[in-house]
Amino acid sequence: MATVETDALGAWVREYARAVTEHRDELTELDSAIGDADHGTNMHRGMTAAVAALDASPPADGAALLKTVAMTMISKVGGTSGPLYGTLFLRMSGALDDGSPAAFAAAFRAGVEGVVARGKAELQDKTMVDALLPAADALTEAIGAGQELDTALRAAADAAARGRDSVTPLVARKGRASYLGERSADHVDPGAESAVLLVEAAAATLGRS
Amino acid sequence: MAAVGIVVVSHSRPLADAAVELARQMLPNSTLAIEVAAGTDDGGLGTDAVAVSTAIAAADTGDGVVVLMDLGSAVMSAETALELLDDDVRARVVLSAAPLVEGLVGAAVVAAGGADRDRVAAEALRGLAPKQAHLGG
Repeated sequence: MATVETDALGAWVREYARAVTEHRDELTELDSAIGDADHGTNMHRGMTAAVAALDASPPADGAALLKTVAMTMISKVGGTSGPLYGTLFLRMSGALDDGSPAAFAAAFRAGVEGVVARGKAELQDKTMVDALLPAADALTEAIGAGQELDTALRAAADAAARGRDSVTPLVARKGRASYLGERSADHVDPGAESAVLLVEAAAATLGRS
Repeated sequence: MAAVGIVVVSHSRPLADAAVELARQMLPNSTLAIEVAAGTDDGGLGTDAVAVSTAIAAADTGDGVVVLMDLGSAVMSAETALELLDDDVRARVVLSAAPLVEGLVGAAVVAAGGADRDRVAAEALRGLAPKQAHLGG
């Protein structure tokens, strides 16, 4: 069975940095419709800084790697996604036990629970939580059922995308979008979109070695 | 006399500096510690939880710190900053729900007078009262 080694976590982070850079304009455009038009710019700045920090000082293990990413996001993103994604990586770092798929799934769940606690968002508030919680559920369930990590992460990424799509028609109840009330309906939530990219990046990298 | 520190968290460095200038106008000759954590390090709009935790540590003399903030990520960065502090420092910090400018002026005046942390935090929350009384709102 494939394991989640430090290099694989690094590949995940780098793939996510690549994806947010590729989708930078799209994320900012989504955010300009219902927010403050900085999500793509902020995530690009944060993830570029995270990769630079990993390059400057290669971490000793997976937990150290995730912590470096967390502290960089918390410091460099600038917007609310900094503390939120930062908390996700920070809690993952604290929870990461070993390189087993089950340990990764448990750490990811701990990270998502950290996001929920930090943002005080619930399902259907139209936030990144609407993509992350279904992804954590799907991942836990698939690993628990004995599926390979790559299959489980594929299921998680699909669940994240369905979660994102399920809240597109809704009125936002958290964050800047909630200032807009009814006008936030029928827009893709930018945080949910960047969260889908995070899980897609995991599916594209982890469990493939 | 207590020496309570104050921290201003804002998306904008100029906004934070101007708010502090406005408050300091009320405090001639005061050595009150008012620390600012505002903006991104490239001069843009944004907040940085690591900078907030550094500012709290700098403002803390052992008598407590009251943190005033603007909106959005300033609030979540301040909460995240608490997680980065030592337990004993964290226990001395109050994150204030007061409006930034009015809360800062009210808090700074009583803090400069040697009030304790809870009094400073209460005064920040009362910051809107004079305006509400004047406008009848």
